[in-house]
Amino acid sequence: MQKSLHLDPNKCTGCLQCEMACAWENHRSFTVAKSRIKVFTFHHEGRFVPYTCTQCDEAWCMMACPVDAIRLDPVTGAKIVLEPTCVGCKVCTIACPFGTINYVAQTGKVQKCDLCGGQPACAKACPTGAITYVDADWTGLGKMRQWAGKTDTNPATV
Amino acid sequence: MAWTKNVLRVNLEAGTCTTEPLNMAWAQDYLGQRGLATKYFVSEVDPQVDPLSPKNKLIFVTGPLTGTMAATGGRYSVITKGPLTGAIACSNSGGYFGAELKFAGWDMVIFEGASPKPVYLLIIDDQAELVWETEAALQKHHQDPQLRVAAIGRAGEQGVLYAAIVNDLHRAAGRSGVGAVMGSKNLKAVAVRGTRTDAYHLADPEAFFKASEAGKQVLAAHGVTGQGLPTYGTQVLMNVINELGALPTRNHRDVQFEGAMAIGGEAMHEKRPTDGKANLVTNGACFGCTIACGRISRMDPGHFSVKDKPQYHGASGGVEYEAAWALGAANGVSDLEALTYANFLCNEDGFDPISFGATVGAAMELYDLGLLTKEQVGFELPFGATEAMVKLAELTARGEGFGKEIGLGSRRLCAKYGRPDLSMTVKGQEFPAYDGRGLQGMGLAYATSNRGACHLRGYMVSPEVLGIPVKMEPQATEGKPAMLKAFQDLTAVVDSAGICLFTTFAWGLSDIQPQIQAACEGDWSEERLLLVGERIWNLERQFNLAAGLTGKDDNLPPRLMKEPAKTGPQKGAVSKLDLMLPEYYQVRGWTPQGVPTPETKARLGV
Repeated sequence: MQKSLHLDPNKCTGCLQCEMACAWENHRSFTVAKSRIKVFTFHHEGRFVPYTCTQCDEAWCMMACPVDAIRLDPVTGAKIVLEPTCVGCKVCTIACPFGTINYVAQTGKVQKCDLCGGQPACAKACPTGAITYVDADWTGLGKMRQWAGKTDTNPATV
Repeated sequence: MAWTKNVLRVNLEAGTCTTEPLNMAWAQDYLGQRGLATKYFVSEVDPQVDPLSPKNKLIFVTGPLTGTMAATGGRYSVITKGPLTGAIACSNSGGYFGAELKFAGWDMVIFEGASPKPVYLLIIDDQAELVWETEAALQKHHQDPQLRVAAIGRAGEQGVLYAAIVNDLHRAAGRSGVGAVMGSKNLKAVAVRGTRTDAYHLADPEAFFKASEAGKQVLAAHGVTGQGLPTYGTQVLMNVINELGALPTRNHRDVQFEGAMAIGGEAMHEKRPTDGKANLVTNGACFGCTIACGRISRMDPGHFSVKDKPQYHGASGGVEYEAAWALGAANGVSDLEALTYANFLCNEDGFDPISFGATVGAAMELYDLGLLTKEQVGFELPFGATEAMVKLAELTARGEGFGKEIGLGSRRLCAKYGRPDLSMTVKGQEFPAYDGRGLQGMGLAYATSNRGACHLRGYMVSPEVLGIPVKMEPQATEGKPAMLKAFQDLTAVVDSAGICLFTTFAWGLSDIQPQIQAACEGDWSEERLLLVGERIWNLERQFNLAAGLTGKDDNLPPRLMKEPAKTGPQKGAVSKLDLMLPEYYQVRGWTPQGVPTPETKARLGV
């Protein structure tokens, strides 16, 4: 079964535990500037939105890479950056429609979410269930159920 | 080790930024944040200094757990000598700013002198510079979403004595006027970006993850931190404290507020009849916080206070309990939307809603007694006047009209109009939202707090109301001095570690100690940590005594000592401070005059 990260902004409180977990996983540091998942605050809307790579099936970053440094992990479906191969040309950052692959000046390479090899640290760290790792075929199931609950076919209450 | 070991010293007079190593010997004795910065402050500043003079210093400081995955590990503190009290001022804030400062590689920033013109400090990792063209430069850097800013607003610039330092738009080092000191230095803001992955190192990462994860589970499982605070915020207390008869109302004339229900946590969830929406949009967390008590509110756009002000129609930081009490019950106002607007102004213009609201309450009593007139104020000011409270919030921020007098705080206001006894303050700082008659332990906590009346120095509400860690009857005095000492010492540890005091609804020292132990090098036993806490408390006390305060300042206003509570379960009660204070001095190892004995000083090494 392939799994996906499922992001639910309604449950996010903006605590950044996910960013710290990601930074730790990849940089052995809690410095959130290095995180591959980002929580954005839309202050005047009162919303916190976690966002990262959604692992496109037809991954434009992978197709744009001139040196074949982005490969598919057949187990998780993640698109993974091979650091020794990456030349830091940043073409992938232009190709990605979502901005979720980023250049790191410190290393001269790009970085993106790799699903931590199938055990995403962000999902484990999230205290509210805003980030979960679920069956890729059913990322919308919770929302579907929620809306199903709102349908009302009882004429007495219409 | 969890310290960056770097101190940034900023001389505002000379315009220089210099780096120096953290005094690790002091870190061993004072841990970090509140304790460690107090040690620096006391060692460098003359206790007699005028708080608003360039000779006063201002320290921003993080703790060893700041910027770690320890739940709530995002705190920083600001330490200075407070203009409201003349005592040590230490104000603690969350948001994201503190962690960013740590990631930039700094434990502490010490500001000295005063700048000849408005300036802000920009820190990008190990590069720190003072920027002179404040506005233009800040606007340019606002394009950087990673830049975290702690700033004063108009209140700090205008010299409001309880001006706050606000970071991340609506988190604040709110009390004791630390923003007024910052304003007196012509320091507008500190902007920081931290991207270093080598800023600090955990002593034992494996043990740290185990301990911090265990801590998070304790928070999630506890009724207060797992449910009450996320759902209602600290506002969960409004109706509880009111029903208990300990909600100070109309400048402490009453102990119950008939409008409490309308301004409490439950009311924030209710849909408004006007626009069908609730005041509360969502809850929000500070950095690393798995509790998420923060209130994000959106006002009714048709409310009189914001009808023609679309800039206040979006969501922003809503009222927490102390703010709702001070802006509401303390002056008899029960309009939640008006309180929210005043709270928005407190965030935007940078002033403490507790001291502001309580000062308005005092002004309303002076008005009620005929000691203040409509001509003097500019408008009528009876208790419960919603529009007057709102108007005063606007005037105070701008330093205009009668707002200039409100900005001086209740002690100076009441003295000026001939009734110093009506100022509901200790050491010049206004009470927060618990009546010292209704909760005897809180009365003692207020009287002995090192930064003036404060609920965050020894939260006796925990045992007296919530039964944490044990239930103590509100009117009992037995055992309370010792319990308060334990709370004060533990609080000093928490405030020095980089985590939030609210964890202690669920966490005991046995939950906190393993996290500090795993983060910091060396042996940090519970006994040692409590000794650190006691040492901090005594160091603050020594500073205050040297600054000219005495045991006589460990008091409560005559109203709390003589006027019995009028209604509710605590009816007839006055504060029994006289019964508790001598015993408190005794358990502290102080003389009957409230001075640490030579033995106590030697034992603690202060």
